[in-house]
Amino acid sequence: MNSPVDIAQPHVLSKKDFESDQDVRWCPGCGDYAVLAQVQKLLPTLGIPRENFAFISGIGCSSRFPYYMETYGMHSIHGRAPAIASGLKLSRPELSVWVVTGDGDALAIGGNHFIHAMRRNIGLKIILLNNRIYGLTKGQYSPTSEQGTKTKTTPMGSIDRPFSPVALALGAGATFVARAVDTDLKHLSYVLERAAQHKGTAFVEVLQNCPVFNDEAYAALSSKATRPDAAIVLEHGKPLVFGKERNKGIRLSGFEPEVVTIGEGMSEADLLMHDEKSPQAGLAFFLSQLAAPDFPVPLGVFRAFDAPAYEELNSQLAEEAVAKKGRGDLARLLYSGDTWTIE
Amino acid sequence: MQTTDGNLAKSRHVEELDSVVIRFVGDSGDGMQLTGAEFSKAVAKAGHDFSTYPDYPSEIRAPTGTLFGVSGYQIQFSSRPVFTSGDAPDVLVAMNPAALKTNLSDVKRGGIIIANTGAFVDSNLVKAGYQKNPLEDGSLDGYQLFKIDIGEFTASALRDSGLSKKEVGRCKNYFALGVMLCLYSRPLEKEIAEIREKFAKKPHFAAANITALRAGYAYAESTEMFAITYQMRESAVLPGRYRSITGNAATALGFAAASELSGVPLFIGSYPITPATDILQELAALKHYKVTTFQAEDEIAGICSAIGAAYGGSLALTTTSGPGMALKTEALGLAVMLELPLVVVNVQRGGPSTGLPTKVEQSDLLQAVYGRNGECPVPVIASHSPSDCFDCALEAARIAVKYMTPVILLTDGGIGNAAEPWLIPDVASLPKLQVNYRTEAEGFQAYARDENLARAWVRPGTPGMEHRIGGLEKDFFSGDISHDPLNHQRMVEVRAAKVAGIDIPPAKIDGPESGDLLIVGWGSTYGSIAQAREMAEAAGKSVAHVHLRHLNPMPANLGGILARYKTVLVPELNLGQLSRLLRERYLLEVLPLSKVQGKPFKVSEIYDRILELC
Repeated sequence: MNSPVDIAQPHVLSKKDFESDQDVRWCPGCGDYAVLAQVQKLLPTLGIPRENFAFISGIGCSSRFPYYMETYGMHSIHGRAPAIASGLKLSRPELSVWVVTGDGDALAIGGNHFIHAMRRNIGLKIILLNNRIYGLTKGQYSPTSEQGTKTKTTPMGSIDRPFSPVALALGAGATFVARAVDTDLKHLSYVLERAAQHKGTAFVEVLQNCPVFNDEAYAALSSKATRPDAAIVLEHGKPLVFGKERNKGIRLSGFEPEVVTIGEGMSEADLLMHDEKSPQAGLAFFLSQLAAPDFPVPLGVFRAFDAPAYEELNSQLAEEAVAKKGRGDLARLLYSGDTWTIE
Repeated sequence: MQTTDGNLAKSRHVEELDSVVIRFVGDSGDGMQLTGAEFSKAVAKAGHDFSTYPDYPSEIRAPTGTLFGVSGYQIQFSSRPVFTSGDAPDVLVAMNPAALKTNLSDVKRGGIIIANTGAFVDSNLVKAGYQKNPLEDGSLDGYQLFKIDIGEFTASALRDSGLSKKEVGRCKNYFALGVMLCLYSRPLEKEIAEIREKFAKKPHFAAANITALRAGYAYAESTEMFAITYQMRESAVLPGRYRSITGNAATALGFAAASELSGVPLFIGSYPITPATDILQELAALKHYKVTTFQAEDEIAGICSAIGAAYGGSLALTTTSGPGMALKTEALGLAVMLELPLVVVNVQRGGPSTGLPTKVEQSDLLQAVYGRNGECPVPVIASHSPSDCFDCALEAARIAVKYMTPVILLTDGGIGNAAEPWLIPDVASLPKLQVNYRTEAEGFQAYARDENLARAWVRPGTPGMEHRIGGLEKDFFSGDISHDPLNHQRMVEVRAAKVAGIDIPPAKIDGPESGDLLIVGWGSTYGSIAQAREMAEAAGKSVAHVHLRHLNPMPANLGGILARYKTVLVPELNLGQLSRLLRERYLLEVLPLSKVQGKPFKVSEIYDRILELC
């Protein structure tokens, strides 16, 4: 623990204030370092006192995250972080509660809690570090591993079809869904900031490299040279343009996406326009289906729809109950219901 | 029926009684639970003590007329203290042949059977497996049989009510209730007021039910169907304000009260499961208190959300029954490691697996005491009656916050659903519940301990005390991750010492301080044991009874007590789980008395065993 902040003096928080005294124990070259650094940079800018942050995690490499944050935090059990965080947020709505999870933690053992957090739209910020592999148990395939992935438990290649975390979140009704790559720090920082500002559940998938067990899983997206053609950055109100020359785009052909080249009888006006605020999640879901090798991988904010957060609705219920019945007290509680007197 | 005047009078007269046991049985859609509950309240308001036992199938509406669809509600009421719902009914109200068939063997010889003749038609007789109509073939000659076409009388009373045939059918339980109120000389006015309140939003149903109730009463009175009506003796019940309460309602109230007493908000995270769901439902109606209810996506999320709330500074609760308890196991271990206050209520039911969801059993004791990975001590307490659930909830909350530990509170489907009158306690008489969150950052170490070996409770949002906790082993003081071998040994030992050192009251003995036989019980067997012991004592036997509320740790004086009797008998609704614990802890032989039939002990079953032993 760092020394206590002097609360008498207004203290301008910096990245340093969010670094705990624990040695970071991820493998050299792990994408988690970048996410940690970006979060530590972001938090001081949010205008929230440090003591009001809580980081909750489950089990896995990603779940060591809270130990490295000089905030309140809990390293809990496998897959359950969203459930624990939900209880914390619901009982303490004023806190900024973050969940850091991985593809195994969130989508395999914790799949149920993950989808229900999305469904409720409870004010959690959930960062999923997706390296498409089980790292802490030393290299087994995960629910996001591509078919054919050879691991210690799939020596002949995986036959499981992978989840798209973004599609799963959208299918569960998530109001904020975004994706970033660990190597594009500026964009990662932007996406995290957008998540922090969202009311309700904000879900960010970070495509993140595991240099030990699944190196280069996102090679095309990671490298500055290939990223412009391998990825498409979603921007609200703008057409879906990508490519090094910014001359390629996505348009809708019937219900199917199609990559077209701008200029060859096509203009930007023919392309799909991104609308992250659409009340319907259809467009966001459509975009979540775009994947390599036929399509560029969408990065950025798929959906940012403003809807009442679960904890707000819950507080309203309590206020309504007090307005209707009056604030309860102990005597009233005990003597409520059907009573009689024996003399 | 224990009458004071054994002569059956030819002319109609009123007879005084000490106690009576009535069982209402019918299809699960016949409203038997409601009828029984209403009747209980009616007799309670007359100053009688009572105890009930609802017995219902796990199907919500089983096919009508079938043996497995029979739902029953038994009540014993008395002018003396009532310990149980009674061994054998004096009166059986049977709404159909299946109900008669499945319950007749329990009825006292010579008891009253009130049969709803309208339902004794060929199709129902076949479904119940009767070759001939038992109401006509003389097979009930040993009983006082009263045949009433409840359905037909109810229908004719409600001919002009404008209700559909189906709706009229739903009123027949009030006709039956009217008959019973007449038999026991209870006034109708209070019941009518009850119905008006209950159906306040549906006044036409209220009117119909009141008509059915009056019709039943009038029928019994005017036809002089009963040669005798009964008047209960004046009651010895303590004066004061009462309410009828089930164990689940008392549990809910107890935790809401703990919140009020401590000023700490209550959070319950639970997943619906029979027979525990009522606790979540009761608390969901208390949003005007500092109560947050969260119906989680599964049992695991139930306990995990509660852990999150406990971390946030709430009094945290999760409620479940056996199978759900199994699912919560890993998270319970986390709570032990985190050393956060949390109460887990297990309203036990028949197991293993899905088992007998609506039936009573006490077979989760060893699970509660031992059922986790690692050395994982958790305090365990058990309530012995519906109203005792209130006191046990306060006690569980006290231990949880004082020692910063999860606590398991065991109740069961018997007391969870059963009702009894509860003398409402004075607010001033309730124990204080002191909670101090630490806010002093100077010198703070997350796992430094106080004199009770409890660590400090620090709410997120407290400046300067940001720290991390988790399921990995932690350093003895700082709480940072530690894989140091000696530190682990020290942590395992201190967690065990903390739970072993919890301050609990000494065990109390009912009966002689030493002697031939000691009966040790826990949980819902209390009533049957207490009454059997009283009967044995009256018969001159040297029998004592200790009923354990605290099962882990056990009272410090228990070992000494056990040694003072020649024989120790342990009746349990399992195959001897407390017996194992007692043998293991006190190295002494005890005799189990086991019953696993989804039913509570009859008083006679324990009494007979006492007579065999001394």
